[in-house]
Amino acid sequence: MLEIKDLHVCVEEDGTEILKGVNLTINEGEVHAIMGPNGSGKSTLSKVVAGHEAYEVTQGDILFEGESILELEADERAHLGLFLAFQYPVEVPGVTNKNLLRQAYNTIAAERGREELDPLQFEDYAKEKLELVDMKPEFIERSVNAGFSGGEKKRNEIFQMAVLDPKISFLDETDSGLDIDALKTVANGINEISDDENAVVLVTHYQRILDYITPDHVHVMIDGKIAKSGDKDLAIKLEEQGYDWLIEPATASVNGEQQ
Amino acid sequence: MSETEALESMVGGEYKYGFTTDVEYEDFPTGINEDIIREISRRKDEPEWVLEFRLEAFEKWKQMEEPDWPNVEYEKPNFDDIQYYSSTKKKDGKKAESLEDVDDQILETYEKLGIPLEEQKQLQGIAVDAVFDSESIFTTFKEKLAEAGVIFCSISEAIQDHPELVKEYMGSVVPKGDNFYAALNSAVFSDGSFVYVPEDTVCPMDLSTYFRINNMQSGQFERTLIICEDNSHVSYLEGCTAPMYQENQLHAAVVELVALEDAEIKYSTIQNWYSGDEKGQGGIFNFVTKRGHCRGDNSKISWTQVETGSAITWKYPSVIMQGDGSIGEFFSVAVTNNRQQADTGTKMIHVGENTKSTIISKGISAGESDNSYRGLVKISPRAENAQNYSVCDSMLIGQTSGAHTFPYIESANPTAKVEHEASTSRVGEDQIFYLQQRGMDEDDAISLIVNGFCKEVLQELPMEFAVEADKLLGIKLEGSVG
Repeated sequence: MLEIKDLHVCVEEDGTEILKGVNLTINEGEVHAIMGPNGSGKSTLSKVVAGHEAYEVTQGDILFEGESILELEADERAHLGLFLAFQYPVEVPGVTNKNLLRQAYNTIAAERGREELDPLQFEDYAKEKLELVDMKPEFIERSVNAGFSGGEKKRNEIFQMAVLDPKISFLDETDSGLDIDALKTVANGINEISDDENAVVLVTHYQRILDYITPDHVHVMIDGKIAKSGDKDLAIKLEEQGYDWLIEPATASVNGEQQ
Repeated sequence: MSETEALESMVGGEYKYGFTTDVEYEDFPTGINEDIIREISRRKDEPEWVLEFRLEAFEKWKQMEEPDWPNVEYEKPNFDDIQYYSSTKKKDGKKAESLEDVDDQILETYEKLGIPLEEQKQLQGIAVDAVFDSESIFTTFKEKLAEAGVIFCSISEAIQDHPELVKEYMGSVVPKGDNFYAALNSAVFSDGSFVYVPEDTVCPMDLSTYFRINNMQSGQFERTLIICEDNSHVSYLEGCTAPMYQENQLHAAVVELVALEDAEIKYSTIQNWYSGDEKGQGGIFNFVTKRGHCRGDNSKISWTQVETGSAITWKYPSVIMQGDGSIGEFFSVAVTNNRQQADTGTKMIHVGENTKSTIISKGISAGESDNSYRGLVKISPRAENAQNYSVCDSMLIGQTSGAHTFPYIESANPTAKVEHEASTSRVGEDQIFYLQQRGMDEDDAISLIVNGFCKEVLQELPMEFAVEADKLLGIKLEGSVG
């Protein structure tokens, strides 16, 4: 479904190279986890896939269902079925969750040949999805993320993902800042949403969310590259041994300093 | 047409109302002097006291200097180049009694502006006084309003038909020498609207005036007077547009509102004058004095404005709360783009006891524009227990726009409660990216963010205007990032 080929990316503003040749293939029905130390490029990868303008792709390609999406704007990628759950969800005061999501849902529905929903139909649909993340119905009447606690913002991201029903979702540290109950709720929500036809990429720092979501593939990203891939046992090994054994001696000190 | 379609039909941020109507004008010399003023008065067949009012104002104006304290920069108008009166040729030389007397071109103009004057097409539930350059062209639903005792006509007609009311109230809220542009207006004012709501009357429909500047050389000096007697109520709306010209046109209006005991006036404006092009060429200079006087106890005056047009704006719709328990409100959204400059806000003058005022001001600056909020909250010594609450938020779009706030608070009574909150934010790349990632295109994303930011003010607008304002904000800011 998604193929990332030798992807090199630098920051538009100052030219710093962050991704230095990432290769990754994600198929329908798969759950991938991308792990790695801070500053290794995990978040950048998710943002680049989603079409953030602050980064420039200098080499390589991103193919979605066989077509390059590099030239597409973020909204066009969303229309194809790409979704990013943000590490720091943005507040949009004065715009209700319901209005934003209905507009988003219908825009994407039109692109994907689905039926658009009128306000009442949408409300019923959205309320069903709220249960997945154990959120109260009044949540959809509130301004997008405004005044939400950290945990509520993260749950709201998963709720949005459930509503928009993307083909592939990148979840950027959705587990961070959650207490254990919230983590379970979020993980359950993700499990409910994922099926044979979509794919989920968990970008995470810790192994603990993987206690609740079993990944098919685990990748470790170090210094802008995938340093190692494996199955769920790799995550357990990382939990026990940290990342140091994967870092080559020459780059170890550099990364050490960054941390 | 859906909102999105309406937006799309105007893609590119083109000013939709920039067309010119080709009509024949009566000759009128440019420049200002006593003869000009006498000539205006003669053409309007005014009584002697109105001419005196004008001449006294002119004397004061000559002694005054154009203010330079607003935070705007512009080349001062050359007052000798302006045409102070501009009237189209009429079939029999008189104001139209019926629509048949109105020039077809002018009727078409209003049709194009979305304000059809023909009876079968008239806007439901809104009476319109249509002002074209210096004249009121036509007023709809006049008879229906008369049945309720409400007088709604042009100020020129009011001078003829209700001189006692005009004489008593005109200049009583904004004195003829109040400030430079108010004095100029008092000397050369042409048309504008007059509203009188008698005691114990709720005006049966919303009233509105639609101002159109067409002639390139003429200034527009409209004068509006609204009087609400005891325990009466009116909602009044004002809209305005102008053609696109390379030169600047001057619009210097005076609006006076008087609310007597338990009366309430709600005054809303959608200001969409031509604002000049991207390089700052052309556009209207909008120098306006608007003031309301809560003259009776428990009276209330609310100003709601959505300011999107004009090259230069300075205006401060204000309320003097004289009656005990009276209320003043100001809700404002001011949007500037390209090279526009706006210095706008309000003055809330608390005189009576237990008076209350609210100020909610939202400024949005895009392009290379500058947007200033200037507000005065004044509590006089006898205003026991006066309360004011002000919120003044600015939003910057892009990297080259400016937002400024100049709040003044003068309190001479220790029992006063004055609260002021202010914030400045930038429409961040992150916010736009977030919404784009959810499937919205950039313009829709900005429009959504901006609408959310302005919501508190937009919900104060009467329904018909709220939709218009929503579209206007979207169009105005299209393509303003990047």
